[in-house]
Amino acid sequence: MTETTRKTGVSRRTLLKSTAGLAGLAAGSGAITGFPYVMSAEPKVLRYLGTAVNEGDDISKQCLKDTGIKIEYITATTDDVTKRVMTQPNSFDVLDTEYFSLKKLVPSGNILALDSKKIKEFDNITPVFTKGETPGGKKIGNQGTAPWKVLYLEGKDSKTFSKTATEFVTLIPTVYNADTLGIRPDIIKRPISSWAELLNPEFKGKASILNIPSIGIMDAAMVVEATGKYKYADKGNMTKEEIDLTMKVMIEAKKAGQFRAFWKDFNESVNLMASGETVIQSMWSPAVTKVRSMGIACTFQPLKEGYRSWASGFCVSKGVSGQKLEWAYEFVNWFLSGYAGAYLNRQGYYSAVLSTAKAHMEPYEWAYWMEGKAAEKDIKAPDGSVLEKAGAVRDGGSYEDRMGGVACWNAVMDENDYMVRKWNEFIAA
Amino acid sequence: MDTSEDILKQASPDLVRGPDTIRAAKAARLSPSFISWLQAGPMMLVFLAFFLIPLVFVVIVSFWDYNEYQLLPAFSGRGYTDTFEGCIAQLPDLCTIGRTYVKTLKLCVMVWAITLFIGFWVAYFLAFHVKSKTWQMGLSLLCTIPFWTSNVIRMIAWIPLLGRNGLVNSGLVKSGLINQPLEWLLFSEFSVVLALVHLFTFFMVVPIFNSMVRIDKSLIEAAYDAGATGFQTLVNVIIPLAKPGIVIGSIFVITIVMGDFITIGVMGGQQIASAGKIIETRVNALQFPAAAANAVILLVITFLIITMMSRIVDIKKEL
Repeated sequence: MTETTRKTGVSRRTLLKSTAGLAGLAAGSGAITGFPYVMSAEPKVLRYLGTAVNEGDDISKQCLKDTGIKIEYITATTDDVTKRVMTQPNSFDVLDTEYFSLKKLVPSGNILALDSKKIKEFDNITPVFTKGETPGGKKIGNQGTAPWKVLYLEGKDSKTFSKTATEFVTLIPTVYNADTLGIRPDIIKRPISSWAELLNPEFKGKASILNIPSIGIMDAAMVVEATGKYKYADKGNMTKEEIDLTMKVMIEAKKAGQFRAFWKDFNESVNLMASGETVIQSMWSPAVTKVRSMGIACTFQPLKEGYRSWASGFCVSKGVSGQKLEWAYEFVNWFLSGYAGAYLNRQGYYSAVLSTAKAHMEPYEWAYWMEGKAAEKDIKAPDGSVLEKAGAVRDGGSYEDRMGGVACWNAVMDENDYMVRKWNEFIAA
Repeated sequence: MDTSEDILKQASPDLVRGPDTIRAAKAARLSPSFISWLQAGPMMLVFLAFFLIPLVFVVIVSFWDYNEYQLLPAFSGRGYTDTFEGCIAQLPDLCTIGRTYVKTLKLCVMVWAITLFIGFWVAYFLAFHVKSKTWQMGLSLLCTIPFWTSNVIRMIAWIPLLGRNGLVNSGLVKSGLINQPLEWLLFSEFSVVLALVHLFTFFMVVPIFNSMVRIDKSLIEAAYDAGATGFQTLVNVIIPLAKPGIVIGSIFVITIVMGDFITIGVMGGQQIASAGKIIETRVNALQFPAAAANAVILLVITFLIITMMSRIVDIKKEL
């Protein structure tokens, strides 16, 4: 019996070894590649990976009606979208992501640039993306990963961003916005005009920032500059010393109890603000609208130092080719043709092609959302609920004023690794 | 050791010979060690495929290098050296990882002590005061109620209760006990411990209850007859016999709290460091080797705690 035990012991160990060996072999040979790519003649289906921003049911329904393309949404958070592109590039067809993640995505080789010549409305895309200025000619701040810095590639399979326009576009622009601080004017009861107010001891225990390190540190940098402590060469690409300095300011504020909580999720930000846990915090436009639609006063406060902006667009997975690639072009072209743009505009975002979106909006809607004029009639959300009563004016005013006031863009820094470590230190402080 | 062979020999004369019985006899002749391997096999394979192999990968990856967008399979201790950055230079102050673990352990000890106290008495009540089996079952199931809601709902649900303008604060202010709302009720260590205790007391109740119901009632009667007071019976009879349950429950609670980052994040307003949170931040920044290194560190520390606990009570012997 002792002999048998030893034998089985050996065979168990061999089993363990050979299983591990097999798994290693499979991983090494690239046999494990996530989902297999299945070519289907009909129906036209595209798997669409992105955050919830653009993923309206109304958009996919209208798209199916207009083009026969069925969109299958794969919804994830900003971080998880990037993670998925890196680790499972075959699990999606169309990718909807932000420009700042391109610094990670393009070198990975997992995404395919699109050909600008096949995009009907490409020449009508707002100069915000192509030239870094508003249609009215206002220069936009270029700190951080501004879209025009990473819009073009040098060649089809190139991993280098081109400084001049080429036909190989990393992301076909779709949606963007200018973010700032949301405040509760009913509780603060005085005008707020600077990012410095975020760390004002007056709001001790009532402030909040976004708990995404790369975005949170930009907000922090806006504050540091606003207080006059330091002027960055590029807030979106700090040196180690600048990161240290910024985090030091934030750590002091945290230790002093300035922050109530950090938020990561749209609903968290709405809840913090609506419940009065916070009265001043970095926020997104639709979240402010949501708080207001609950009958609670909330302002998306324009600040003299400007906005922190973000933008996103479409590309495809490297696994997409042939017929499926044609559908992807058809879908992107449809997306820029107006319906989706108008839908996004009505949520407080901005559409990349303004002319087509305008054609799909009522003149009074356009006047409110884009021209900063007082609403002639009640302003309704895409789902028909009333967002603003007649007479209201959009916070921050017109498109020109808001996009023209952008100071910096969401970014991934060269010192990202160091920054993430510092962020952990900040949390532990 | 050759008992089964003997049993088979003794049994075989009684067998009526037929094709079925011969097959049955053959099957029965399989060596007992093979049968026990067969029984343990499925679990072992699951364990191997979904725990050991991934764990080996985690350890391997923790020694890799990385850049912004990919893993570089070359040996590097960067994941570890980065993690312990400044630990010597900053002495006597604690470095980030040191502070994080001190905080995590502090939360862990608080949650463990409270869940043990509450869990022990709930189990005691269920085992000794509730006579009917049905009621015991029903009441145990009640303990699972905290698991019926998701984390997101839980966070949203705590705000109206503990928040600045929540029920508790407005109640206290209106009753005149306090003038200002209590800020520390929410997004604080208090709320983290509260939520963890609320969730995990169940993991203490079940194993302790299980140990207690198996205590022979005659032992307690004997203690009573020998003149022991209630307290003496508790300390000298019940607690020693419930020890395996206490240790198992403690292992559950400690391992869960050590690795938790969602509850600590949500209830701590993302402002309280935890070992799990460091891993999450690293994974989200696509720094997998650094995340893996932190996971290995967490595993080693948790393993040490468990080893210490099983030194106190030999679970295998007690079961």
